[in-house]
Amino acid sequence: MDDQAMAVSRRDMLRAGAAAAGGLLIGVRLEGAEPPVNAALPAPFAPNAFVRIGTDGTVTVISKHLEMGQGAYTGLATIVAEELDADWRRVVVESAPADAKRYGNLQWGGMQGTGGSSSINNSWDQLRKAGATARAMLVQAAAAQWKVPPEAVTVSNGVLRHLATRRQATFGAVASRAATLPVPADVPLKAPSAWTLIGRDVPRLDTAPKLRGTLQYTIDVKRPGMLVAVVAHPPVFGATVASVDDAKARAIPGVVDVVRIPTGVAVLARNTWIAKQGRDALAITWDRSRAKTRGSAQLVEAYRAKLEQPGGVARREGDVATALAKAAQVMEATFEVPYLTHATLEPMNCVVELKPAGGAELWYGAQMQSGDQFGVAAALGCAPEQVVIHTLPAGGSFGRRANPRSDYILEAVEVAKAIRGRAPVKLQWTREDDQAAGWFRPMYVHRVRAGIDAAGAPVAWQHVIVGQSPMAGLPGVAEGIAKAGGVDDASVEGVKNLAYTVPNVLVENHVIADAVPVQWWRSVGHTHTGFVVESVIDELASMAGEDAAAYRRKHYAGKPRHLAALDLAVARSGWGAPLPKGRGRGLAVHESFDTVVAEVVEVTVKPEGGFTVDRVTCAVDCGVAVNPDVVRAQMEGGIGYALSAALHGEITLVDGVVQETNFHLYKPLRLPEMPKRVDVHIVPSSAHPTGVGEPGTPPLAAALANALFQATGRRVRRLPIREEFTRA
Amino acid sequence: MALLDINGKRVRVDVPDDMPLLWALRDELGLTGTKYGCGMALCGACTVHVDGIPMRSCSATVKAAEGKRITTIEGLQGKAAAAVRAAWQKLEVPQCGYCQSGQVMAAAALLATNPKPTDDDIDAAMQGNVCRCATYVRIRAAIHDAAATMGA
Repeated sequence: MDDQAMAVSRRDMLRAGAAAAGGLLIGVRLEGAEPPVNAALPAPFAPNAFVRIGTDGTVTVISKHLEMGQGAYTGLATIVAEELDADWRRVVVESAPADAKRYGNLQWGGMQGTGGSSSINNSWDQLRKAGATARAMLVQAAAAQWKVPPEAVTVSNGVLRHLATRRQATFGAVASRAATLPVPADVPLKAPSAWTLIGRDVPRLDTAPKLRGTLQYTIDVKRPGMLVAVVAHPPVFGATVASVDDAKARAIPGVVDVVRIPTGVAVLARNTWIAKQGRDALAITWDRSRAKTRGSAQLVEAYRAKLEQPGGVARREGDVATALAKAAQVMEATFEVPYLTHATLEPMNCVVELKPAGGAELWYGAQMQSGDQFGVAAALGCAPEQVVIHTLPAGGSFGRRANPRSDYILEAVEVAKAIRGRAPVKLQWTREDDQAAGWFRPMYVHRVRAGIDAAGAPVAWQHVIVGQSPMAGLPGVAEGIAKAGGVDDASVEGVKNLAYTVPNVLVENHVIADAVPVQWWRSVGHTHTGFVVESVIDELASMAGEDAAAYRRKHYAGKPRHLAALDLAVARSGWGAPLPKGRGRGLAVHESFDTVVAEVVEVTVKPEGGFTVDRVTCAVDCGVAVNPDVVRAQMEGGIGYALSAALHGEITLVDGVVQETNFHLYKPLRLPEMPKRVDVHIVPSSAHPTGVGEPGTPPLAAALANALFQATGRRVRRLPIREEFTRA
Repeated sequence: MALLDINGKRVRVDVPDDMPLLWALRDELGLTGTKYGCGMALCGACTVHVDGIPMRSCSATVKAAEGKRITTIEGLQGKAAAAVRAAWQKLEVPQCGYCQSGQVMAAAALLATNPKPTDDDIDAAMQGNVCRCATYVRIRAAIHDAAATMGA
C-alpha cells in the first residue's frame, strides 16, 4: 500500500468510527454564533488558557490563532487532544479573546497574531504541555476518587480506567474534582510512538457547517440595531475629500446617515445594498493635490534605473565582479513581478460596537489582535484592554487581514465614532473597494548576473532587488532598514540565504519608499525570490548541460532537507521520462518559514497557443505532519494560489488608479485551469513541526517557468506569464 | 415588496423591487449561507437554485425572483445534495469555506441533471465558482465521488 492509499484508509477508518457513534460528531464554537448542539455545560475544569473540560465531557480547545482556511483550529486542537487522550468526537474549538499575555504568538515576541506560517510551530510545546497537564489532573482526580495510585489509571479516547478494579470514568465525571487540584508543574509528554491523533488524518473540526452555510463569518454578523456602512474611498492613493453633496444619498429610503471619516465618506443604512446605493449616489469632489498619480509603467522605469546604482548590501562574499569576468559562461537577466492583491473571497469587513463606559467590542477575522487593539485604543482614547475582540473565522486572508495599520478595522471604528456609537456598525467593503485599497504584495525588479566555470559549477551570483518593503507599514521599519545599511530582510529573504554553494555572491537591495500601501502576501519575500532564484539555478543547469535535478543536488550547500524533498518529488513525478514535443517538466525547490517544498510541474504547450498545467508533484518537509491531510490541502492550495498569480495576477496602476476592479480583470484561477493531478508527498520527519500555510506557494512559478522552458526553449522573465511564452 | 418562494416557504420581503436577491436573502431573511463575493456574477459565491437551475443571486432582482422556486444552501436537500455533502466531507474539500455554499449548490445542480459528469462537464459547470483557497482538485474529485455514490 503506498502512503496515499494508507492515508485514505486511515481517514475512512476514523470516519467510520465517528459515524458509528452517531449524532453531531464535532463542532466549532464561535463567539457571537449559536452554540453547537454539543456545546459544553459550564466547564468547571480549566487548568490553563487552552483547554476546558465540561461535566458533559466536552473538551474545548481555545485557539489563539485565526482560522482562515489553513486548518489551524484542527491542528491546534489535535495537539491538545493527543496529550489529553481525548475523544476527538468530543472536541470543540473556541477562538481566544484578544489577550497577548495568555495568547501571544511565541514567535512574534508575544504579540498576538497569526502569520508567518507560525501557528503550529509556535504552539507545539505550549499545547502539548497544556494537554498533558490537564490529563495529569484528570488522572489524579480519578485516582483520588477510586483510592488507587495515579500510575494505575490509564486514559484513552476520553475515558479513564483502573483496570484492576474495572472502574472507569469519563472526563466529564471527574472534571469537577480535577478542578480542585493544584496544577502540576512538569508533566511528561507522550512519546511519538504513542500518538493516536498526531500524524493521522483526523476530520477537520470546521467542515460540516461550511457545507450547510451555517458557519458565521464577519459578513454574517448581525447585532441588535446594527447599521451597515459602505464607504466611498478616494479614487487615487493620497487624495482626500474636498466636499461632498450627500442629498441624493440621504433621499434613498433606508439610508440612515452619511458621515465624513478620515478615509472617505460613509453611508449607513439598514442593509448592505441600500448602503451601497447610498454610497454610489454621493457626489464627492476629491482634493487631488497630494494624490499619487504615478502608474505601474513609470514605477517599473524608476525601479529599473536603480539597477546599476549601488544598493544596500545584504550579502557579500568573494569578488563577484572578478568571478563574473573569469567565468566560462555568464547569464544576465532582469525579472519583474507586479503588485498583487490578496483577493480574499470575503472582502474586508468588521463589526464594531462602542461601549458607553469607553472602549469597544469588535467582531471580525482578526489576524493581528495585539496591533489592532493598540490601533483601536489610540483611535478611541481608551486602554488596549478595553478593546474586546471576537475573532471569527475568515473567508480567506493570505496575509491581508494582518494589516500593519489595522486599516479596515480603524475605518469601521471611525464610522462608529462618527455616529457617536449610537448603533453597532458593520463596515462592509465591496469587491471594488477591496481591489483598490492597496496593501499589495509589492512590485519588484530583480537583476541577476550569474556565471559558471568550465566544469559547470556556479562561481558568481550577483543579485539586485528593487522594490518596496512589505513591512513598510509597521512602525520603526524605515529606521531598521536604514540601520541595516539600506537592506530590507523581507525583500531579500530567499536570495540572501541561497541554498547553493557559490563562492562569489553579492546581493544588493534598493528599498523604494512609495505611497502605494503594501504588505505581506502568502509567503512574503519568497513570493518573488523563490521564482527568481529557482529560475536562475535552472538556467545555470541548462548552460552547464546538466539535468536540473542532478545540478541542484550537486550544488546544494549541505541542505539535507532540500535534498530529501527534491528526491521525493523527483521520484514521484516521473522525472526524466521522455515527453513528447510541446510538453515540458520543470522543478523548483524552496525553503520558507522553516519548511522545504519541492515541486515538479508538467505543462503542455498547444500548437495553436496557450498552455495547460497538467500535473504538479509536490514534496514537503514540515517536520512532524500534525494532520497530513491538512498539510496536503495547504500544499494544493498554495500551488493553486501561486498558479493564479503566475497566470493572471497583476494590479496595474494607471495615473495612480487601480485598473483591475473586479474578477473580470483581476482574474482568479478557476477550476478548469487547476492541474488535474496534484500529488503531495510528505517527507517523513520527527522534527519540531513547521508551517504549511505559505511554503507551498514560492516554488510554483519557477517550476512552471522551467517547465515552459523545456517545452518552448524560452525563459520566463516576468509574471504573470505573457502570451509570448505560450507558443510551442 | 415581493412575495418569494424560498426553501419551500412563502415569504414576504419589504424591499425595493430592484434589490438583488442576494441581499434580500442575507440581510432581510437571515439566510446568510449565500455569500457575497463580487456583486457581478463573476465568482459564484452567491449561487442559489431558481427552479432548480443554479443562478447568481447577486445579479437577479427580487422582482425577477417572484413566482419562482428558490433554494438556498440552507434549504438544499435531495439525493444529489446529500451525495455532494458526503463527498465534500469525506474528501475534506473546504479550506476557508466561504465559497463552498456556492460550490455545493453548483455541484448539486450538476449532478441532479447529469449523474455521471465527465471532467469536461465539471469544467463547464464549475468554472463560474471561484475558490481563492484553490480547493479545485478536491472539488473535482468530490464530484466524481458523489456521482459514484449516487450510481451505487
